[in-house]
Amino acid sequence: MNPVPDNTPADEFQIHPLSGAAARPGTRLSAPLAAEVAATLAAGPEGGAAVRSVDLRVPLLEKNDILAERNRGYFLGRGLATLNLVSSPGAGKTTLLERTLDEFGRQTRCAVVVGDLETDNDGRRLHRPHAPVAQITTGGTCHLDAAMIARAVESLDLEGVRVLFIENVGNLVCPASFDLGEQVRVVLLSCTEGEDKPLKYPPIFKSADLVLLTKVDVADVLGFSRELACANIRRIAPQARLIPLSTRSGEGVAEWYDFLRTLTPQR
Amino acid sequence: MHEVGIMESAIDSVLHQARAHGARQVHRIVLRIGALSGVEPESLRFAFDVVTNGTLAAGAVLEIESVPARALCAACAEEFSVESGFIYTCPRCGALSGDIRQGRELELTRIEMS
Repeated sequence: MNPVPDNTPADEFQIHPLSGAAARPGTRLSAPLAAEVAATLAAGPEGGAAVRSVDLRVPLLEKNDILAERNRGYFLGRGLATLNLVSSPGAGKTTLLERTLDEFGRQTRCAVVVGDLETDNDGRRLHRPHAPVAQITTGGTCHLDAAMIARAVESLDLEGVRVLFIENVGNLVCPASFDLGEQVRVVLLSCTEGEDKPLKYPPIFKSADLVLLTKVDVADVLGFSRELACANIRRIAPQARLIPLSTRSGEGVAEWYDFLRTLTPQR
Repeated sequence: MHEVGIMESAIDSVLHQARAHGARQVHRIVLRIGALSGVEPESLRFAFDVVTNGTLAAGAVLEIESVPARALCAACAEEFSVESGFIYTCPRCGALSGDIRQGRELELTRIEMS
């Protein structure tokens, strides 16, 4: 007489409570798969696919992108040229804006929105009777977003203002992803940072309309090669205009003002 | 670390969809991330665990599809794909291009739920 076949799994196997599958301990179903199996079983005997797949195309920064477009429309409607200045901390954004407000800002009315993690130091440095300034303190956020700009701009008296400078939080990474509704994105690279910065932080340079190579007056002292830096910028950001300048010596500053004038045609 | 904020907005969209479909559990989430999006997939994964904790999407699988960059060569009037790196040189004529046609994607493309 043949022995009855024994269908009971060997001792080292365990029956999975949900799937009924025999598995060795340690090869349990992963949590998502177990949930999927549970849902399929719960769907009942008539079956039917319990797991649904929904295909969509939702931009992850949808909210910011919508607000940025709203900002852009608002700026355009007011005839306001808007520049988003981004760089690592200490590249000379505030110093350039101080001089720009003192010279260019005398003929063409300008306003500034400046962002930092903490303090209103930059807002105070940029304060001029002829140029409204709004300071945003992000409290730790590494970039400005379109909603912060919309709120800050509400607090500014934009009467007669033709150019709005947005000085972003000093950071070469995160601001690349956040459209603020600006017309022109300006990326600053200073000669104290090294010629290969564009190669190390390509996304922000790829998104630039204008690159300013700043502090060129100290390039020689530092052994910084302007030629190499410019070549790297051109390789990474061939779409961008490039102006080497020094706020302190004044080199290239006239070219910067000419660039600003092209954005503000006389009406 | 702006990836946490980006992941929060992604999971908001996911949970909104899940509720609209009467789902009890989200199993898989697929994102498309461009090479030029400025977003680090590893940081997204880190943020994912934190942000989904205690939601319908807890324990779901996060799938990230990378989208390589494509640029247009003005001289050849032709698009070319960029396999690696950030210096976009036309494979035909060798000219540099800054005219980016693909690679900035940052999208939620699929949700599997029950």
